[in-house]
Amino acid sequence: MILTSGLTLFGIGLLAAAILGIASKLLYVKEDPRIALIENSLPGANCGGCGYAGCSGAATAIVAGIAPASVCLVADAETSAVVAAIMGQEVVQREPELAVRDCTGGLRATDLFHYEGALDCRAAHLLYGGSKSCPEGCLGLGSCMRACPFDAIHMGPEGLPVIDSTLCKACGNCVDACPRGVIGVSGMSARLLHLNQTTDCLAPCRQKCPAQINIPRYIEQIKAGDYDGAVMTIKERNPLLVTCGRVCPRPCETVCRRQYVDETVGINMLKRFVADRELRSGVHLPVPCAADTGKRVAVIGGGPAGLSCAYFLRRLGHSPTIFDAMPALGGQTRYGIPEYRLPKADLDWEIQGILDLGVEAKLNTRFGRDFTLESLRADGFDAVFIGIGAWQASGMYAEGEDLDGVMGGIEFLTAHALGQKPETGNKVIVVGGGNTAIDAARTCVRLGADVTLMYRRTRNEMPADVEEIVGAEDEGVQFKFLAAPARVIGDENGKATHLEYYEMELGEPDESGRRRPVKKEGSEQRMEATLIIPAIGQKPDLGCLYDDNEEGTCPLETTRWQTIVADPDTFETAIPGVFTAGDVYTGPDLVISAIGDGRKAARSIHYYMTEAAIPVPETTQKGMIPYTLFKEIDSVERKKRAVLPHLCHGEERNCTFNEVEGPLDEQQALAEADRCLRCGLVCYDRDEPFLAEERETTPDS
Amino acid sequence: MQEYFLLFIGAMFVNNIVLAQYLGNCPFIGTSKDTGVALGMGAAVVFVATLAAAFTWLVQEYVLAPFGLDFLQTLAFILVIAALVQFVEMFLKKMVPPLYKSLGIFLPLITTNCAVMGIALICQREEFGFVKTVLFSFASGLGFMLALVLLAGIREKLAVRRLPIAMRGTPIGLIMAGLMSLAFFAFKGMI
Repeated sequence: MILTSGLTLFGIGLLAAAILGIASKLLYVKEDPRIALIENSLPGANCGGCGYAGCSGAATAIVAGIAPASVCLVADAETSAVVAAIMGQEVVQREPELAVRDCTGGLRATDLFHYEGALDCRAAHLLYGGSKSCPEGCLGLGSCMRACPFDAIHMGPEGLPVIDSTLCKACGNCVDACPRGVIGVSGMSARLLHLNQTTDCLAPCRQKCPAQINIPRYIEQIKAGDYDGAVMTIKERNPLLVTCGRVCPRPCETVCRRQYVDETVGINMLKRFVADRELRSGVHLPVPCAADTGKRVAVIGGGPAGLSCAYFLRRLGHSPTIFDAMPALGGQTRYGIPEYRLPKADLDWEIQGILDLGVEAKLNTRFGRDFTLESLRADGFDAVFIGIGAWQASGMYAEGEDLDGVMGGIEFLTAHALGQKPETGNKVIVVGGGNTAIDAARTCVRLGADVTLMYRRTRNEMPADVEEIVGAEDEGVQFKFLAAPARVIGDENGKATHLEYYEMELGEPDESGRRRPVKKEGSEQRMEATLIIPAIGQKPDLGCLYDDNEEGTCPLETTRWQTIVADPDTFETAIPGVFTAGDVYTGPDLVISAIGDGRKAARSIHYYMTEAAIPVPETTQKGMIPYTLFKEIDSVERKKRAVLPHLCHGEERNCTFNEVEGPLDEQQALAEADRCLRCGLVCYDRDEPFLAEERETTPDS
Repeated sequence: MQEYFLLFIGAMFVNNIVLAQYLGNCPFIGTSKDTGVALGMGAAVVFVATLAAAFTWLVQEYVLAPFGLDFLQTLAFILVIAALVQFVEMFLKKMVPPLYKSLGIFLPLITTNCAVMGIALICQREEFGFVKTVLFSFASGLGFMLALVLLAGIREKLAVRRLPIAMRGTPIGLIMAGLMSLAFFAFKGMI
């Protein structure tokens, strides 16, 4: 019996083995031997951080070409090299990436979360649609923390995830776990290329800033004493922070929520504080650039748009060359803004920082005369950026304005900046109400003239910054409101001697919302003048685009305001590979707008050169997000806004071109940074005492 | 016909292989955290259990019974099922790669699944004919899949609820399995 049993089992086993043996011969599936080799080279951690089921899955994916040789997150560079060698690939250094949390919190907002027991972000989001009012912000339940295989995330004291950059392997598991898109994995290039999305946590100031600077972040860094960090945060969006810290009209501050408590946060003062700190140190903080791509871009125009475009292209690894018609870079920041507002030495220092990254500059080289689009193509440039600004002054449309002694505002300021000492005489009339008019008037005061600024509306309607108007008043500029030039009267030598003007009165509001000035018939009067400066407006000078062709046709499509037509999302003109931004595209606008658009154009150029198509996400933020605009802010203590100190006083102020305003000191800056409410989309910081009360009353939150 | 129908319903609900026979508890708890995984495992069990029961019936009928070696049933069935699973794995890998991929890790796991073994042995104990064996094993496999998917659904909901730490995971899974088992006792009166 034992023998029979043994033989039977042996027989069944033998039969099964024979069948399996034959089957394995017949059903053999050839497996790539590289899979086993690669699997043996991997550390065998089976952590799943790579996104594949274990090391075996990762090895299969590498051989299938789905995953790169560097897919393993726990292996070192040496392992990647071994795997790449097995695959016959070359190891290229990858830009370091890190997980970044993009939500400023709102711990103290009333609407954090109430979830009826759910303990996971995904659950709160899926089961209840998320009962938190903020449609985008962090839920604070820690799903990302649990998803991280490397323990690189912990929940901070404010209920927000904190990422440990030393442990983060940028595996993206936290990104997958977060249902709100609050966490993202990005490297430097990705951050530079990112446009504000409506799904980002965008405080109103960040939405309004034309350069999309992460304002809450740099204020937070200032508050924490990380001044260098704040500089680097600003430089991710704006390479001209010393300039903007002095001349930016601060659109961000117009939407600051703090204004509904007391006064807006001095955002630009804080920018200037850290910018000046770097300036005074005399050493540029090292700015990282991606590995060289070998792509060359011609940047025509070295103003803020061109400098910004070149800076961001360089940081993305490309090689830009700036061509500028003037003897020095800076465009209208150099030639349109007087020394007392922006010292040239500071501007030079800032521009040198950009050039030091490896940006080439060719000065005194005029587009259309010294080179053309065709010659640039022939020289091997992969793309062209046109940022030639708006250098032509608009006329007064008054008889006699071509007489000697009439000089456009921008021409006057440029001549002065070039040291040409334009003749002012002792009686100057500046016509206009914008910043250029004020700059021209204050410059003439410093040159020793009696200056009258003539504006056709009242002081309330002046488009210039209020601080500038007050500064002009303090320095003795006379204002003649409700007056418009009729004609320029000259002497027998053709030299202007008087300006005849009409008195005006305000009528119905026009399309700009300002009341339209109406001429009072028979009100003509004369005012004596040695120099008349019309500073009414500027427009681009497109003569350079016309080359020497006699028909006068422009190779690019232009508008009736003499601006270049381009795609509003990509800044690409009708000619493929030719991009534009700045005043030549928008018409006269802010320095910060030119800087912001310069980066957007650099982004487009980068995609054009590397991927041919330029992606524009559907959720790109364009206007203000309506639900982020509050009219009432609760539970915030009133605190006084800082005031910039005046550097020169009394007589000295009117006769030198020394800088008028100085930066905040450290104590003032910290106090001002502390006024920031750290806003998110709908959340903002309330003050501690109120928070304590709230915690007592709502223990669940 | 009614006999076959009752056999089918009985195998699936009344004598459910997991909830009434208490077989295959490890894969039942181990793979019931996610409905997708549960469906994959359930499908693999249906497939292998049906084939295994059919083959073991043939071995019993034509090898063991004629030689009076019924006492070797368990050993022989283990051998047959293990070899069968290996064969099926090879066959699917070569002939139906998409199905092989979708079954994934579950196919080799079934080699050591007592539910499959149990189904084969029950068929012998009940002395079913070949057709009844195939029908019963298929229905039992479906019963396993039903229980698995139901528990996975419950555990998915439980995973996001507030629970005492000691109860999270397997403990609450076992409690839920027990409650489901009680619920399935209600089917006892059907046949």
